[in-house]
Amino acid sequence: MIRRPARLALVAVLLAAGGLLVAGALRGTLTYYRTPGEVLADPGAARERVRVGGEVVPGSVRREGDLVVFRLAEAGHEILVRQRGVPPETFREGEGAVVEGSLAADGVFRADHLVVRHGNEYGPTEPPDAG
Amino acid sequence: MRTTTVDLAADTRAGAAGRRTIAWTAGGLTGAAALAGGLLAPPDAAQGPAQRIMYVHVPAAWVAYLAFAVVLASSVAYLVGGDLRWDRFARAGAEIGVILTAVAIATGAYWGHLVWGTWWAWDPRLVSTALLLLTYTGYLALRRAVSERTGARDGADRAVARPAAVVGVAGFLLVPVVHFSVVWWRSLHQQATMLAPERPPIDPRMGLALLLAAAAVSVAALCVLLHRVVRLERRHTAAPTERARRTAAGVG
Repeated sequence: MIRRPARLALVAVLLAAGGLLVAGALRGTLTYYRTPGEVLADPGAARERVRVGGEVVPGSVRREGDLVVFRLAEAGHEILVRQRGVPPETFREGEGAVVEGSLAADGVFRADHLVVRHGNEYGPTEPPDAG
Repeated sequence: MRTTTVDLAADTRAGAAGRRTIAWTAGGLTGAAALAGGLLAPPDAAQGPAQRIMYVHVPAAWVAYLAFAVVLASSVAYLVGGDLRWDRFARAGAEIGVILTAVAIATGAYWGHLVWGTWWAWDPRLVSTALLLLTYTGYLALRRAVSERTGARDGADRAVARPAAVVGVAGFLLVPVVHFSVVWWRSLHQQATMLAPERPPIDPRMGLALLLAAAAVSVAALCVLLHRVVRLERRHTAAPTERARRTAAGVG
């Protein structure tokens, strides 16, 4: 029979370890990405490595050599992104994306990592046929 | 005096027949879900065939929640009534929940690789789900550790059952955190579809396939749960003198 203090200590240690993990993990996790508005309002913070998320502005995507240049928008704010590297195949205008990098002095966001953020909507390409 | 209801977790002929019926139901539902998810549901416009991973990923996650709810309810029932049978339900529920959470994480990683462009992200949903897996793996490890240290039999001794029940109740606190993580915090993971506030933004055929798959996984998990409880019960009740008789009866 395990003694009661030992049992309590075990539970306490488990809870404490869980709490520490949660706290540690959540520091970067709770704001998984910042919005263009937040980055533009506080450019100092964005000089360090951050993630920025938003909608890829339709018509803004163009390729310059191995760079993909586009604008990310959310809540009326837009930021110009120069992404180095090939984005995933699902990367599309009008869809969400989260880029990782930092804001350069010229106000352009230099990113080297891009993930696609898609919504919770699912459906076929064209409206279903009558048949 | 027999009642018309059958105790499905009882090690009796009627119980075994009931469990067989459930197993066949699970098989049928799995077949129907495979047909619906593989053929009836159209490929998604944005994600293509990768979206079909949903029919495994989402049911695994939902039924993992259910399994942890079984751990919660059984742990409370044990703490209130002291019946060790509930302790065995809690253990079986945790085992199923851990496996399904691992399946959800693995299928989600692959889906993320195909659609997001990354296997893993330090995103609230992903991190909280990993913590959920860790918590219930810890729960099972605790049971084992206490059992080995004290020589008590896991599933048949209060020395194991009591601390396990406390952790089993506390662990469930994480489930709502995981579920609402995509609402409370900014997340790469999309928000709920079927539980969306308005009409679910999903093609009806996809929705049907998803619900069928969820039903199939739920019934299959129930089947495994009952079998596991019966097995744990046998291990516990089979006294040395009785063991020969029971193994002769084709159990084990």
